[in-house]
Amino acid sequence: MRVSRTALIGLPILIALPLIVHLLFGGSEKYYLHLLIQILIWSFIYTGWSLMGRFGLTSLGHGAFTGIGAYATVLLWNYAGLTPWLGVPVAMVIAVVVALLVGYPCFHMRITGHYFALLTLALTEFIRLCIVGLRDYTGGSLGTQPRRYGDGVSLYAMQFEPDRVLSYYIVLTLWLVGLYIWWRVDRSMDRFALDAASQDEEAAASVGINVTREKLKVTAISAAMCALGGAIYGQYQMYIGPDTIAGLSVSLNIVFACIAGGLWVMLGPTVGAVFTQVLSEVLRVSMQSSVTLQALFGSAVLALDTLIYGLLLILFIIYMPKGILGALLEKREKTSSAPTPPSRAVLR
Amino acid sequence: MDCQLDIFFLEAVLNGLLLAGLLALLALGLNLIFGVIDVVWICYAELVMIGMYGIYYAHKGGVPLLLAALFGILLVALAGAVLHQVVIRPVLDSAPINQLLVTGGVLFFLQAAATMAFGVDFRNLGIRFGSITLADMSFSYSRIITFGVALAAMLVLWLFLSRTYVGIAIRAIAQDRQIMPLMGVDQRRIYLITSAIGGGLAGLAAALMVLQYDIYPQIGLQFGPLIFMICVLGGLGSLIGGFVAAFIISEFIAIGGSCFATEWGYAIAFLFFMVVIFIRPQGLFGGRS
Amino acid sequence: MLELSDIDAGYGGFQALFGISMSVQPGEVVAVIGSNGAGKTTLLRVISGLLPASSGAMSMEGVSLRQTPPHRIIETGIAHVPEGRRLFPRLSVESNLKIGAFIPAARKKFEERLAFVYELFPRLKERRAQLAGTLSGGEQQMCAIARALMSGPKLVLLDEPSMGLAPVIVAQVFDLVRRIRREGYTVLIVEQNVRQVLKIADRAYLLEVGRIKASEPAAELVASDEIRKAYMGI
Repeated sequence: MRVSRTALIGLPILIALPLIVHLLFGGSEKYYLHLLIQILIWSFIYTGWSLMGRFGLTSLGHGAFTGIGAYATVLLWNYAGLTPWLGVPVAMVIAVVVALLVGYPCFHMRITGHYFALLTLALTEFIRLCIVGLRDYTGGSLGTQPRRYGDGVSLYAMQFEPDRVLSYYIVLTLWLVGLYIWWRVDRSMDRFALDAASQDEEAAASVGINVTREKLKVTAISAAMCALGGAIYGQYQMYIGPDTIAGLSVSLNIVFACIAGGLWVMLGPTVGAVFTQVLSEVLRVSMQSSVTLQALFGSAVLALDTLIYGLLLILFIIYMPKGILGALLEKREKTSSAPTPPSRAVLR
Repeated sequence: MDCQLDIFFLEAVLNGLLLAGLLALLALGLNLIFGVIDVVWICYAELVMIGMYGIYYAHKGGVPLLLAALFGILLVALAGAVLHQVVIRPVLDSAPINQLLVTGGVLFFLQAAATMAFGVDFRNLGIRFGSITLADMSFSYSRIITFGVALAAMLVLWLFLSRTYVGIAIRAIAQDRQIMPLMGVDQRRIYLITSAIGGGLAGLAAALMVLQYDIYPQIGLQFGPLIFMICVLGGLGSLIGGFVAAFIISEFIAIGGSCFATEWGYAIAFLFFMVVIFIRPQGLFGGRS
Repeated sequence: MLELSDIDAGYGGFQALFGISMSVQPGEVVAVIGSNGAGKTTLLRVISGLLPASSGAMSMEGVSLRQTPPHRIIETGIAHVPEGRRLFPRLSVESNLKIGAFIPAARKKFEERLAFVYELFPRLKERRAQLAGTLSGGEQQMCAIARALMSGPKLVLLDEPSMGLAPVIVAQVFDLVRRIRREGYTVLIVEQNVRQVLKIADRAYLLEVGRIKASEPAAELVASDEIRKAYMGI
């Protein structure tokens, strides 16, 4: 099986990566580890989103779930002294409840396509506005920080940011859990039910598939994953802001990265995260160091990465709707004769 | 909180009504495009932003305000046509969601382009029209002008859509796409015209907004979600629905904002929107299933 | 007037028409009959450009139709009344008629032609401001034909005008066809209702699985035992 062969080679490399980074980039290893950690956290979040997205449930509401995860965890810690070990599960439960509250009517009333996207966009806005509105607790649009506990690395407070290597292994585990969930869903009967439903809901219902229940199941898992990802992001960054971990930009970034990487393959969202994070880092660094660009645009040069990012997204959707990994695998499978991944579902 | 049925409450209600005119105008263009081309421009508010900058710089460069406004309208109309031709046409046969997302790419692009070209500073024309005072209530003239112009624009659009050949074709195409060639209507041309009109409406909204609001690259995020919500609430593609929805939403914002904080007005509006859509997914006036 | 020679057409990998050759002369009413799925509707869709032919030649009064973009075929004088009428349900009757006159040549004569179709179908004049979707089936068929006439066609393509209508109304619809014929329009009509259509047609083509099986004066087809058995249930 392809996946396991990749895993056999890939996993040891990933585990040894901090050492490799240390040997290669001794001086700036913190920076490279930071980049890797970011990629892994976002990969986990994107993988969570793609659980829904691959079945045509294009949610723009996942910025709400990451926001709930991050903010609920931090607020419970800061104001109730609740350890994130309890706070994170509570945040995940809140996210799942919100997801079900919005998902049930959506699926029951068969809201799909544009309507689903715009409705979930409203959820994102609603949560963002609540976060900003509760400024006495959340710091409003400026964001807030988890209260430091001890010297910064603490099991009880789930704070690990100063130790980059530890952080790396934590998020690597998280990411592997994400892939495992993806794999389990992909192998389950639910996946076939959802595939059927995304192609023809009426037909799926007529052969006895409880479409609403199947969709709710995958929505709950997806929301919980995004909340967990958001919470870990907050704990690692030690800062949360309504625009960095919640809101429309986050939602759009999630969707785009998944599309860029490829929705229908397990590592697609991860490839999307690598692509988008590395792209924006490379652009950012090269712009900061480029005297010409700085002279030309001043501090506005920082927007150039978003500009190129937007442009690439447009090109991706027009010319490569299956994403980088999806397109690569398709190319490979045309030459070999392995079965093609189920890819028509959302494209229709 | 301090919410009671007094003169300030009435002031909030009336200011909500004035805001409704602008929001209805914004929703109108997006709705028209959705109804005809079946595509949602997520970047619609960013087109407005481009228009606002266009007008700002034209006026600062010495062009009289009215001419600058006209320039803004034409600029955004052109932008709408270009958007359709360059970005939307290649994905017309793709999944609806890809069409929606591709305009999301345009959103990032335009925001970043504006940041690079114009910087992150808040700018405004610095024109003050003053305000009118009625029994302790005060209404700014710019809001009243905005409301009047928005209403007039909607009337003109309605006349266009119900009286002219092209206007009727625009309405017809939303009802039955396939048989349009039998009427001698070139669908591509109608799409392009509609995109330009949708853009022009965004340009007009921009011309009205520069009178009231500061211009900055992220202003689209302030209005964009609100406009989508109004369109969906009214029923995507329903022009009258958009108007009624704009009114409802702006009252929530105005009253909620005057009783609590601004965000809560918006938050309540979004919550109300979600609840309504659960009860009536096709929106208040939507005919689609 | 209309000439088709050796036309092939289909949907995707499925070929629906095989080497169709036919012609319509000015002033004629020509019927195309055949069972469900024989390709009758496809044939009309090919003529009016809704479906591109894959090979063969078509011309209307010498103008090649395969070289004309779909939305300009109406300018050659062909108006197609599609299957199921396909009015714009949320436009008024008069707006429906107005869009029938969308082409530049027809716009100039809009008032004149409007008066003409109202005279032809007084019912439509009564209901001019009503939404087309609220008309009865028979009235909708009137409106669909009137809309086609607004472009000032020479040839009217009628696709299953009696489909989905009550028997009483069906008789009215065939009266409508007679009336537009009397006004000098050439008609190419596709019908399942073979018995009725052969009464008003001069000639008929029999279409079977995408091929023309017979082409005869209508009267002879009516007399043919085969036709009577297969299509008229006698």
